[in-house]
Amino acid sequence: MSDLQWITVARQSDLIAESGIAVWTPAGPAALFYLPGSKQPLYAIGHYDPIGKANVLARGIVGDIKGELVVASPLYKQHFSLSTGQCLEDETVSVPTFEVQRDGDDIKLGIRVKQVEGCAA
Amino acid sequence: MAKKNLIVIGNGMVGHHFLEQFADTPAAADYTIHVFGEEPLIAYDRVHLSEYFGGSTHADLAMGTADQYTEKQIQLHLDEQVTDIDRDQREVITPKGRYRYDAVVLATGSYPFVPPIQGNDQPHCLVYRTLADLDAIRASSEGVKRGVVVGGGLLGLEAANALKCLGLEAHVVEFAPRLMPVQLDSDGGTLLRRKIEELGVQVHTEKATTEIVAGDEHRLRMNFSDESHLEADLIVFSAGIRPQDTLARSCGLEIGERGGIVIDDYCTTSDPQIFAIGECALWSNRIFGLVAPGYTMARTASARLNQDTEASFVGADMSTKLKLLGVDVGSIGDAHASTPGARNIRFNDEQAGTYGRLVISEDGKKLLGAILVGDNGPYDTLLQYALNGIDLPANPEVLILPASEGGAPTLGPDALPETASICSCHNVTKGDICCAIDAGCTDLGAVKSQTKASTGCGGCSALLKNVVDAELEKRGVEVSKDICEHFAYSRQELFHLVKVNGIRTFHSLIEQYGKGHGCDICKPTVGSILATCWNEHIMATDHVPLQDTNDTFMANMQKNGTYSIVPRVPGGEITPDKLIVLGEVAKEYNLYTKITGGQRIDLFGATLSELPEIWEKLIAAGFETGHAYGKSLRTVKSCVGSTWCRYGVQDSVGMAIRLEDRYKGLRSPHKIKFAVSGCTRECAEAQSKDIGVIATDKGWNLYVCGNGGMRPRHADLFATDLNDEQLISAIDRVLMFYVRTADRLQRTSVWMENMEGGLDYLKDVVLNDSLGIGEELEQHMASIIGTYQCEWKSTVEDPEKRKRFREFVNDERKDPVQHWVEERGQRRPAPKAETETA
Repeated sequence: MSDLQWITVARQSDLIAESGIAVWTPAGPAALFYLPGSKQPLYAIGHYDPIGKANVLARGIVGDIKGELVVASPLYKQHFSLSTGQCLEDETVSVPTFEVQRDGDDIKLGIRVKQVEGCAA
Repeated sequence: MAKKNLIVIGNGMVGHHFLEQFADTPAAADYTIHVFGEEPLIAYDRVHLSEYFGGSTHADLAMGTADQYTEKQIQLHLDEQVTDIDRDQREVITPKGRYRYDAVVLATGSYPFVPPIQGNDQPHCLVYRTLADLDAIRASSEGVKRGVVVGGGLLGLEAANALKCLGLEAHVVEFAPRLMPVQLDSDGGTLLRRKIEELGVQVHTEKATTEIVAGDEHRLRMNFSDESHLEADLIVFSAGIRPQDTLARSCGLEIGERGGIVIDDYCTTSDPQIFAIGECALWSNRIFGLVAPGYTMARTASARLNQDTEASFVGADMSTKLKLLGVDVGSIGDAHASTPGARNIRFNDEQAGTYGRLVISEDGKKLLGAILVGDNGPYDTLLQYALNGIDLPANPEVLILPASEGGAPTLGPDALPETASICSCHNVTKGDICCAIDAGCTDLGAVKSQTKASTGCGGCSALLKNVVDAELEKRGVEVSKDICEHFAYSRQELFHLVKVNGIRTFHSLIEQYGKGHGCDICKPTVGSILATCWNEHIMATDHVPLQDTNDTFMANMQKNGTYSIVPRVPGGEITPDKLIVLGEVAKEYNLYTKITGGQRIDLFGATLSELPEIWEKLIAAGFETGHAYGKSLRTVKSCVGSTWCRYGVQDSVGMAIRLEDRYKGLRSPHKIKFAVSGCTRECAEAQSKDIGVIATDKGWNLYVCGNGGMRPRHADLFATDLNDEQLISAIDRVLMFYVRTADRLQRTSVWMENMEGGLDYLKDVVLNDSLGIGEELEQHMASIIGTYQCEWKSTVEDPEKRKRFREFVNDERKDPVQHWVEERGQRRPAPKAETETA
């Protein structure tokens, strides 16, 4: 495992409550979700929908399916877990996940160098 | 052990059903199966034969395909007529060879009875039985005017419908004093005649044709015994059927006095190796000319070949429920009251055009039979009473009286005994359905595929659903109307909660009435309800997370993640200047342009960040959002109307623009489409829209709940000759009632089909204000219209809202996975395969 690099990708004011925004990272496009009331308020997963094959996941509707927090792809409506990246409808499909933290006004993603190499946008 | 040979002679509906049944039984493994059909076509649905002239093909009507036969290892010999059966050698003989058999199933069906009239064998004297017959009728009808059907029974009226479909002036000649003498009584026959004549089919009863000779104005002339005559270009004989027993006769099987292959309760003929099923078979001196008894015989023969001695054919119910030329006709059990002591209740409404008759046992407790004309609504309930010997209510007349305040009592599924037959095509009882549920079926679809119920004629589908729902509920399986796991309410219930409690955000609704975070089902639903109730901007902070991406970004997402833009072009009317602006904008942003079906222009391929820039330009030129992304009013299509057209009687463009401006932005359970036609030529295709308006010389006719697309439905005529204000008030009420009561993603057509009381009920609510809510509906509509704002205008003016349209919040770059190719002078997304390797 390689080291985590923390990269600032957005400001607090960029976030949209109960929804997602797209950010650019060295590992490619990521989708950042903000759920203000929850235990863990910030989640980040890949923005690229591997089924619809387009960068769209940040524009999906956020919700929960049987307690699992998910985003529904706006293209073909498959659900992806915000915490694991797993597609609920197809166990062979998943998207990458990123660690997220808030540092004052900055929102930072933890990117692994390996992820940077492995990810083709 | 060598396989035995089973030979099925006849590839009609019953023969096909036998093969379907038998192929799935254990005994099928012991036999090599051959089937011979004299027609060149695989078995098809003869019940719906007249649809062949309505556009259906053999493939549409076919019961199966050659591949399915191959899959089941059935050897299909089409166009090969069996000429004899050598019972000593046990061989079946055709012009192509001899086939040894261990068992034979005769399913040779019937042939049309042609009365022995002099001249009945000349050209253009035809019959109505096979697709080849229909081809002959079609050929004969080319370029001529009048067709006559001999026979006013069920098949004759079907044939008359076929002639009408071919555009001929159709006549029916019947020997008896009324139509459908077997199923109907005199009053029923009279009403049916009136209704059919209203549809343009001329009926001649009590006519016995004596000869057919050459005609003067038409090809042929029929002379009747009363010395009257009728000329015709073609004559179709449809005066009943006769069992096709020629083969059985020639090989010496026992035949009934008036024809028919004699069978016992096991469908065995006088030769134990040979079975007979369907219309060729004579059981207890009766021929059964309906498909359901034929299917029962098929199952009996199949069981017999499996050494099952319990299955037997012991007669069949000959009740029939039909739509003849669009007129409902039903006949149940002892319709003519031939049971000693039987009593009658008759209700004949000449005004409404409905007739009902109940035949009741002497003690008044049981229903023996019934006749219905004009409305088959009570049929299912009556049939259950008759078949299952259920005790009648104290006032049985309510069963055929028009629905009054409380509505006629339908027989709840619980009142049916286990033996009640739900689906007569596949012989499925209520008990079978309970077994299927107990064996693990937990929804309607599973019950259907397990039992095959309602997969034949489909007439029992509503009853089946009731039984399944009731049985599931009894077993504690919740028949859920909840919209999703977060809310235990239907859309309509949520609407009431929002409205009554003045709830304005998703957050407070889920807190009070739901659980969890919500999902992509309930969020947009609630978003739409909130928009209908309060009409706040859909981009307001609280509402943003509720919308599908199309609503969020007020554009339609395409397969590569870019969007398309459809500015409103009310009524399809657009100035050259505005057209030029659309062209310039499309050129600047390299947008693919296409004219939509709704008379607008769609601009494809804009990225997220380009959307506000593009709209800034469009708004400056006077455009507004077209709501192509929303569950809301799309367009009002119009023809050019009386201002230009030589035929137009009203200004359809003016009305279309007025309606489009009035209802634009209205959020609803699903998209809504309108059209306005300027005359009865209907160039705007208004009858395929949710709301259709057609000009008359006195005003406007309003049509509602039509649909094009996946499930086309002709709109229902709702009100006639309305003036402008009446029209708008009626549309206000219909739309608002729809918005308030429809389910999520339910188009108006489906809403109408599921509405209890249907069109009449909706008319009552809207035109007669039966619920006393007319005023309120109009006020609600007025408040929505009053708060309309162009969502794009308020978005481009608000820097905070514009921030949402950044591709990446921390980077100016464009989306890296969009790849384009050129086609016909415009760009389009590259195929997926190219994108993946790019």
